[in-house]
Amino acid sequence: MPLIQLKSISKHYTMGAQTVRALNNITLNILENEYIAFIGASGSGKSTMMNILGCLDTPTYGDYCLNDNNVATLEESALADIRNKEIGFIFQSFNLLPRATALSNVMQPLIYRGVSLKDRKKLATEALNKVNLTDRMNHLPNELSGGQRQRVAIARALVTKPSILLADEPTGNLDSQTSIEIMKLFDQLHNEGQTIVMVTHENDIAAHCQRIVRMQDGTIIEDSHAV
Amino acid sequence: MLFSIAESFRSALQAIRAHGFRSFLTTLGIIIGVASVIAVVSVVQGLSYSINAEFENLGSNTLTISADTPIEDAMKGKIARITLRDYQDISNTITDINSITPTVFGFGRIREVKFGSQIETSQVIGTTATYRQVNSLYMDKGRFLTFDDNNKRRRVIVIGPSLIDSLELSDNPIGTFIQVGGEWFKIVGVTESKGKLFGFDQDNTAFMPFSTMRSLIGRQSTAPIQIQLSLSDLNSLNQVEENISRILRRNHRLAPDDVNDFKIQTPEQLRNSVNKIIDGITIVLGGIVSISLLVGGIGIMNIMLVSVTERTREIGICKAIGAKRHHILLQFLIEAVVLSVLGGVVGIIIGYGLGIAASAMIPNFPPAAVPFWAITLAFCFSAAVGVLFGIIPAAKAANLKPIDALRYE
Repeated sequence: MPLIQLKSISKHYTMGAQTVRALNNITLNILENEYIAFIGASGSGKSTMMNILGCLDTPTYGDYCLNDNNVATLEESALADIRNKEIGFIFQSFNLLPRATALSNVMQPLIYRGVSLKDRKKLATEALNKVNLTDRMNHLPNELSGGQRQRVAIARALVTKPSILLADEPTGNLDSQTSIEIMKLFDQLHNEGQTIVMVTHENDIAAHCQRIVRMQDGTIIEDSHAV
Repeated sequence: MLFSIAESFRSALQAIRAHGFRSFLTTLGIIIGVASVIAVVSVVQGLSYSINAEFENLGSNTLTISADTPIEDAMKGKIARITLRDYQDISNTITDINSITPTVFGFGRIREVKFGSQIETSQVIGTTATYRQVNSLYMDKGRFLTFDDNNKRRRVIVIGPSLIDSLELSDNPIGTFIQVGGEWFKIVGVTESKGKLFGFDQDNTAFMPFSTMRSLIGRQSTAPIQIQLSLSDLNSLNQVEENISRILRRNHRLAPDDVNDFKIQTPEQLRNSVNKIIDGITIVLGGIVSISLLVGGIGIMNIMLVSVTERTREIGICKAIGAKRHHILLQFLIEAVVLSVLGGVVGIIIGYGLGIAASAMIPNFPPAAVPFWAITLAFCFSAAVGVLFGIIPAAKAANLKPIDALRYE
C-alpha cells in the first residue's frame, strides 16, 4: 500500500478571465521510506504539488490518499490535523517564529496536539538533539546562522514524528557548504526510515534522492523510478 | 479547550511583552477611559454617602409641610402659601404629633446680620422652641429659643458657629447685641456645628422667635411659612398626612378636583429625590466618560488589526504546522482581552487615586468612595471591550488561508 496515492489530480486557478492549470491530471504513488525530489523550472507546478501534498491546498479535481485516508475532500480543521500529525514542513525561508527561541519553535506543533509543557520540552529537546543543535536551543532565530535555522526547522518538522517530511527548496537560501551539511542530514534521516519529499530546481540537490520526478507545465514529464 | 486557552494566554503575554511600548500605548486608551469612569463615580458616590449620612441625622419621623404652587396657578400669578392659620389648625387638631414647629425664612434685608462694621448674609429663621427637637439641633453655648421668647416677641437670637467668625464676635458672644434687618438682637445661644452640605454652610444661620420674625416681616397674614413636625408614632404617618392634607385643602379653599398647593415631605422622600438626582448625575457623567472607553476599544482593535497584518506570515506558519482556526482566534482574542483587562486594572487604580485627589482638593468635599459594583463593572466592561474589539481582528487572523498567509511578504 503506497503512503501517498495521487489519482488524476488537477489544480486550476482562476485569474481574471483566465484559468491557470497549475497541475494537470497527475497520477503518482509514493511509498514509505522513499526519497523523492520534484524538479522543474518555476511555473512547472512543483510548488502547487508541494502545497497539495502538504494539505495546505486542496486539488480542484482528483483524489489524494494519504495513509489510506482521502484528504482531497477534507475541510480546513481536519486538514490542520493532518498537517500536524502526518506532515513535517521544511521551507526555503525557514519560516521560524521570530520571537520564539529555537526550543519554543520546535515545541510549537506539539501545542496544537495538546501535549503538556513538560512533555513538549522533552520531545523538542530530543528533536534538537537529532539535528545537533542542543547547545543553541535557547537562542532566537535571528541569533542563529542560516544552516542552524534550517536545522531548527527540520527539528520542528521531526518533532511530531510525521509520515512524510516535505521540504520546499530546503537549501535555496543557504551557501553551498551549508547546503551540503543540510543534505547530509536529510540523507541520514532517510537512512533511518523517514519518507522525504523534496521540491527543488537544482539538479545536484535532487541527485541526493533515489527518485526524481521532472515536471513541466503542470504535468510529469519524467519519473526515474515510477511505482 | 482549557489547554488551548492556557496556551493562548501564554503566547498572548509573550506577544504583549515583545511589543512593550506599543502595548502600553494601546492600553492607554482603556486606562484613561476606566480611570475617568472610576474617578467620576468615586467622587459622586462619596458625595452620595455623605448626603445619606446627613439624612440619617434628620430622623425618619419628621414631616415638612411647605407651599407648592401648581404650575397652572403660577402662570396666573397666584402663589401658594402656608399661613399661620394652617399651622394653628394643624397643631390644634392633629393628634400623634410629638412636636411641631413653624418656620419662616428671612428674606431681603432680614438676611443681613451686622455686628460693628461686619455684615454677613446668612440664613435667618424665625421659629419656636420645638425646632430644636424636630431638627436634632444641639447647643454649644447658652440656650435655644423658648416658648416665652415667642410669646413675648423677644428680640433674642441664637446663632450658628460660623457667624462668630464672620462677624468677629468674641469666643463667648452670649449677651452681645447684633443687628438683623436693622433691628438689635441679643445673642442668647450658639448652636453646635452641623458642618457643610453641598458646600453650603449649615452653620451660617441665625434663629429668632417666630413671632419676632413675623413682626419684622410685617405683612403677617401672607408671610410664607414652613411647618415641621415629628410624629410620636411612625405607623400613623399616612393617617396624619391625610388629615393635614384635608385641613390644608379646606383652609386653601381647594375644589375637589384641584391639585394640592402644598407638599408634605418626609426626609425619606427628600433623600430619595436627592438620591435620584445623584444617580442621574452618575449615569450621565459615567456615560460621557464611557465614550472614552469606546475610543480605547477602537484603539485596541486598530492595533490588533495592524498586529494581525504584521504577523500574517507567522499565522501561516502556525497553520502549516497544525494550528486550527480556534487556536489562532483564541490567541488574538485573548491578546486583546489581556490588553484591555490590564488597562482596566491600571485604570481602576489610577481612577481611585484621581477620585481621592479630586475630593481632597475641593474644599469641604466628602472623601471619594468607590463602590464594589463600579470596580466589577469597570473590570467586566474593559474585558467586554477587549472581546468586542478583539473579535474582528482575531476572526480576520483565524480566517486566513494558510497558503496565502505563508506567501505574505
